[in-house]
Amino acid sequence: MAATPGTSRSLGAQIALMLVIIVFCVFPFYWMVTTSLKTQVLALESPPVWLFQPTVSNYLTVLFDDGVLRTLVNSLIVAVSTTALAIMLGLPAAYALARFEFRGKKDLWFWFITNRMISPIVLALPFFLIVRNLGMLDKHITLILIYLTFNLPIVIWICTDQFRSIPYELDEAASLEGASQWRIFRSICLPLAMPGVAVSGIFSFIFSWNELMFALVLTRTNAKTAPAMAVSFMEGYNLPYGKIMATSTLIVIPVLIFALIASKHLVRGLTMGAVK
Amino acid sequence: MAVKTPRGTIFGFLAPAVITLAVVGIVPLLYAFYTSLHFFNLTKLKNVRFIWFENYASVLTDPVFWEAMGRTFAMLLIALPLQIAIGLGIALILHAPGLGFLRLLTRLSLVLPMATTYAVVGLLGQVMFNLKFGVVNQLIGFLGIAPVNWIGDPFNAFAMIIFWDVWQWTPFVALVLLAGLTTVPSEVEEAAHLETKSWWTVLRHVQLPFLMPGLVAVLILRTADTLKLFDMVFTLTRGGPGSSTELISLMIQRVGFRAFDQGVASAQAIILLIITIILAQFYIKAFYKEV
Repeated sequence: MAATPGTSRSLGAQIALMLVIIVFCVFPFYWMVTTSLKTQVLALESPPVWLFQPTVSNYLTVLFDDGVLRTLVNSLIVAVSTTALAIMLGLPAAYALARFEFRGKKDLWFWFITNRMISPIVLALPFFLIVRNLGMLDKHITLILIYLTFNLPIVIWICTDQFRSIPYELDEAASLEGASQWRIFRSICLPLAMPGVAVSGIFSFIFSWNELMFALVLTRTNAKTAPAMAVSFMEGYNLPYGKIMATSTLIVIPVLIFALIASKHLVRGLTMGAVK
Repeated sequence: MAVKTPRGTIFGFLAPAVITLAVVGIVPLLYAFYTSLHFFNLTKLKNVRFIWFENYASVLTDPVFWEAMGRTFAMLLIALPLQIAIGLGIALILHAPGLGFLRLLTRLSLVLPMATTYAVVGLLGQVMFNLKFGVVNQLIGFLGIAPVNWIGDPFNAFAMIIFWDVWQWTPFVALVLLAGLTTVPSEVEEAAHLETKSWWTVLRHVQLPFLMPGLVAVLILRTADTLKLFDMVFTLTRGGPGSSTELISLMIQRVGFRAFDQGVASAQAIILLIITIILAQFYIKAFYKEV
């Protein structure tokens, strides 16, 4: 493109705007991490201080004295198990939606999508009563199963899309060779669908790891997850800001890493394949 | 698809997911409906009794319920236009050519807010918007603005939750719209730029049609997510001060788990569910592609 008089000025504006966007997005994280490195006295300094001697004491206290380590382990157990389960149950269904024609397919699809819209509070009320009657409050397996209500649809959505992108001729060729439908799925399509499986797994992990309401309602101590733990610091007056931010940092860092890994697919996942 | 697949095979593939989702997703809803037809208070479990649709009658005539619903849609109607306007601006900036590395960096930083745990956003809000030790009041102080009581004032608290919703979800809108901009054929866009210098004309007449699918998706998902919004507001304000930030999900949670009235809360939840399904039907029919 030919250089026009306005170009260098608009380039400068473009750079400035991008820097503004970056600062806007990143500043809260900067503040979270720096606050987590302050002592309680420093954190309650008014106006807030920007330069100080950092300390990791908040991290040590929350991890080893306040039991945040255990809640992080709980979060990990729940998120990994529910993700594995969602993938195992969801993949065959996604394959069926991508490859087979059958009556009621439209309704099934609609039902799956509707699950994305339903407010978790609608499920949290009956879950609480059912789980309490079954004596399953405060158990990992309860959260693992309940998180399937949002993980299973997401795996099915993303993987249906992925299976559809695999050429149907491969299935036909294998079918002529006499392979069963299950073998075609297992040995031919599944290996080719691995990118979709990975992306849906990352999504399922992020959503489960981030979930608060079900964890708040259905766990007490044993299976308490890290977000529920962070919230329990919020009781009383003199809030331990440093500790709260240290816990928050520990919660957020794994998801941010996963999100950056999957950043190319984030839009596709969050819009349930509505936007490529 | 030429070959007809045996029904048994189809069933075998679908059954595990469908049965599981029915057990965890539909059985509880039926139970919620059952609860909603009862007087069901967790502190008076001896008195549980069937009362037909009394809970529904009291919810439908309860101004507090409709205020919470109105507040939720008010939040959507304020936050969404902001997210679309700022998001479109960001998308256009990122769509302009050049500055490869800085552009990559901007895109990556956009990913961060939307992956952040909602609960952590609320906690961050508590820390950053605190009246005395909050950095936000310090920053606006540099501009000569007196400290604002964000969390303690009904109006400001509502503005604050909108701020965080905009912070967290504008990047999402920006990336969706950016994806839309990249679908505009480059010859068409270049030709348009030769015709006119006005970016608005290009946007309105050339790019907008390509942005429509993304905009519809944003509209659907932001509506659903605002009706679902709980974690961030709960950790930030608990619905207060008063009930100024009590969105519909927070209200149902308060009635069910802090006032222990599961019967009324279930009726509210079922009504919310019906509203959600009507909206979803309407939206999905209008947009989502089918299998």
